[in-house]
Amino acid sequence: MIVETGHYALVLALALALVQSSLPLWGALRGDAPLMAIAPPTAVMQFLMIALSFGALTYAHVVSDFSVANVVENSHSLKPMIYKISGVWGNHEGSMLLWVLILGLFGALVALFSRGMPDDLRAAVLAAQAWMGSAFILFILLTSNPFARVFPAPIEGNDLNPILQDPGLAIHPPMLYIGYVGFSIVFSFAAGALVIGRVDAAWARWARPWTLLAWTFLTLGIAMGSYWAYYTLGWGGFWFWDPVENASLMPWLAGTALLHSIVVMEKRDALKIWTIFLAILAFSLSLLGTFLVRSGVLTSVHAFASDPRRGVFILAILVFFIGGALGLFAWRSSALKPGGLFAPISREGALVANNLLLTTACATVFVGTLYPLALEALTGEKISVGAPFFNVTFGPIVAPVFLLMPIGQMLAWKRGDLVGALQRLVFAGVLALVVALVFAAWRGEPVVSIVGTGAATWLIVGSFVEIAGRVRGRGAPLGTAFARAIGLPRSAWGAAFAHAGLGVTLLGLAATGWGVEKITTLKAGDSVDLGPYQVVVRALETRPGENFKASVAPSAILSGGVEVARIEPSRRYYPSREMTTTEAGIATLGLGQVYVSLSGENDDGSVDARMYWKPLVSLIWLGALIMGLGGALSLSDRRMRIGVAKRARAKAPSAMQAAE
Amino acid sequence: MTRKGRRLVLIGSAVGLLGLAAGLMMFAFRDNIVFFYGPTELAQKQPGPGARLRIGGLIKEGSVKKLSNQRIDFIVTDNKSDVAVTYVGQVPDLFREGQGVVAEGTLVSAGEFRADTVLAKHDEKYMPREVADALKKEGMWNEGAAAPAAAERGANDR
Repeated sequence: MIVETGHYALVLALALALVQSSLPLWGALRGDAPLMAIAPPTAVMQFLMIALSFGALTYAHVVSDFSVANVVENSHSLKPMIYKISGVWGNHEGSMLLWVLILGLFGALVALFSRGMPDDLRAAVLAAQAWMGSAFILFILLTSNPFARVFPAPIEGNDLNPILQDPGLAIHPPMLYIGYVGFSIVFSFAAGALVIGRVDAAWARWARPWTLLAWTFLTLGIAMGSYWAYYTLGWGGFWFWDPVENASLMPWLAGTALLHSIVVMEKRDALKIWTIFLAILAFSLSLLGTFLVRSGVLTSVHAFASDPRRGVFILAILVFFIGGALGLFAWRSSALKPGGLFAPISREGALVANNLLLTTACATVFVGTLYPLALEALTGEKISVGAPFFNVTFGPIVAPVFLLMPIGQMLAWKRGDLVGALQRLVFAGVLALVVALVFAAWRGEPVVSIVGTGAATWLIVGSFVEIAGRVRGRGAPLGTAFARAIGLPRSAWGAAFAHAGLGVTLLGLAATGWGVEKITTLKAGDSVDLGPYQVVVRALETRPGENFKASVAPSAILSGGVEVARIEPSRRYYPSREMTTTEAGIATLGLGQVYVSLSGENDDGSVDARMYWKPLVSLIWLGALIMGLGGALSLSDRRMRIGVAKRARAKAPSAMQAAE
Repeated sequence: MTRKGRRLVLIGSAVGLLGLAAGLMMFAFRDNIVFFYGPTELAQKQPGPGARLRIGGLIKEGSVKKLSNQRIDFIVTDNKSDVAVTYVGQVPDLFREGQGVVAEGTLVSAGEFRADTVLAKHDEKYMPREVADALKKEGMWNEGAAAPAAAERGANDR
């Protein structure tokens, strides 16, 4: 019964979404208040219905109800509870249900937390969100019903792909989805504003917190996905330029550009057309990602099942929404009045440069990801585009971003003083040079890594120079400085942390050049030198697990003869799927990691292993966490709080002056 | 500067940047893309030695030889043509005789391939798509027969 209730709730959610997509929109266009007032309660109800439906599917997975096809195909009674729950979204149907759940969640959040927003804009935004909700719920009901029953019910399920049985998977997809799908609400804001024909600085103030929220989660989601790939795939790599990864990187790049242009729109009423375009682009790229990942166009661990009907359906949704939004954009954007003027060297100018570089970088990823697909469709030739392509194209375009970030932060709005900005950054520049030279003397080649550490230092230090200037002024006493630091808007701190976080990530990336890699065969008692450490294999043994059998190589890591850590790299054999997975043994020592993964076993009882020493590698993900923290700090700024925006506006200029 | 002048600066830099990106991409496409061939296609197209390629097919039954120093020799086949592959390093979890495989590396001479990367499937259900296509092209694979695990299980369930 519960399963049928879930199915029924989803149908009800569709009905509500259809109401929400039509009546409030009509009301917004006609200025009919009662019709517009329908939007918020239906948005909340629609979310609750989807949540009920999602809850029902979760229940079926938790109790291992093998009369449900989705549970049979992706679960197993012996599977640990956490993976029974994460298995809900570890498959095509469930992950699409999670997708609409988040789509509904953002609609409900806007309905609940934007009381001060103009009624017509809110009605139009919620209607746009419901159009997408309707399309995707329809997609689930027609092509990917997660509630389909099986008769007769089998006694045991097929189990979840063991590679997905991992704590990382329990959190990474929901995080990534909140980010990915979060851009839907920004897209709806853009569509809504175009429909009612009001695109102004106030719009930017309403849309900005949502952009920031989505961006923060997307940042964390991508980082977690990367860490998951790093430790479960056993290859020691953290970014493969795999189309699935690119599918999440593209919305991130567009979203980052949007995050910056929307500030210009809010503060200076400029770049309006461009900002609206980016709002459409960010979610369009999310949709494209969904299409690539879910349609079976690409083969990957994320392509759960390739059913051509699904691909065509998602393609239709994609074409409808992207085409529709761009059509609306072309039709309405010419009516937008140009906004505030600014000199090329100014805060706005720097943000425009940021936008140009980020969108161009996004374009290179787009071409690199889609060109092989297009070529195959047109000529039948199969090619693969991998890291070498992106190193040559993406790298040189992103490098200037690192260089310009601290400078841009130092420039004033409207007209900036480049020489003054550079003078104040001399300290950061000198420090960057010193750090690069220290690394050059200490670690040596490769040059890219040395330059990378310099650039990272420049970014980390440079990010805080502006704040330091505001706080210390011309030598204010420490007490005053501290009070000023507390008093600064949190968004200023947020921006500094987000920028510095990127620097921290860059430092981690640069240090990969100094890693040590060894591929060897291990026997019990073997000792292998790995950078500054020795890895000693204590034994090779077999251990039973909950639903697998593991061969483990418990090892100790020694530094100068003293044991500093223990690791247990293992290979797990899952009998229910006749599949083996590799569990790398990872020890974090300082900021670096020793990484050992086992591959095959040999007839003489030895095992093949891949061993790495990766200095500073944890900074890659730590940097992303700092970026996420920056996003959260910014979001907590009272000026971001929806509803107080108007009052805070008067205060903003005084904070800005200090920066000049 | 006038509004028009500023717009020109903006458009100029945008076009310049896109031009640069396009140039970089052309350059990268010339040097950094890797073609994929099945064994039969490889025999027909005969790319010169030294070419960087991906080849894919099935690992021929009985062909895997584990030599010393982690060297592995095996034969990739589509049951029509064979390519001998040598590889030093570790093979993925699902590297088994009779299974699909994709190897990236350089062609030493016709029919002899030195791989530096070997990829197998993520999961027993899936055949690498390139491999499936290459085998289909040679008529050696049909959907129903070669994905038995998934298909049969699905059929019994319903």
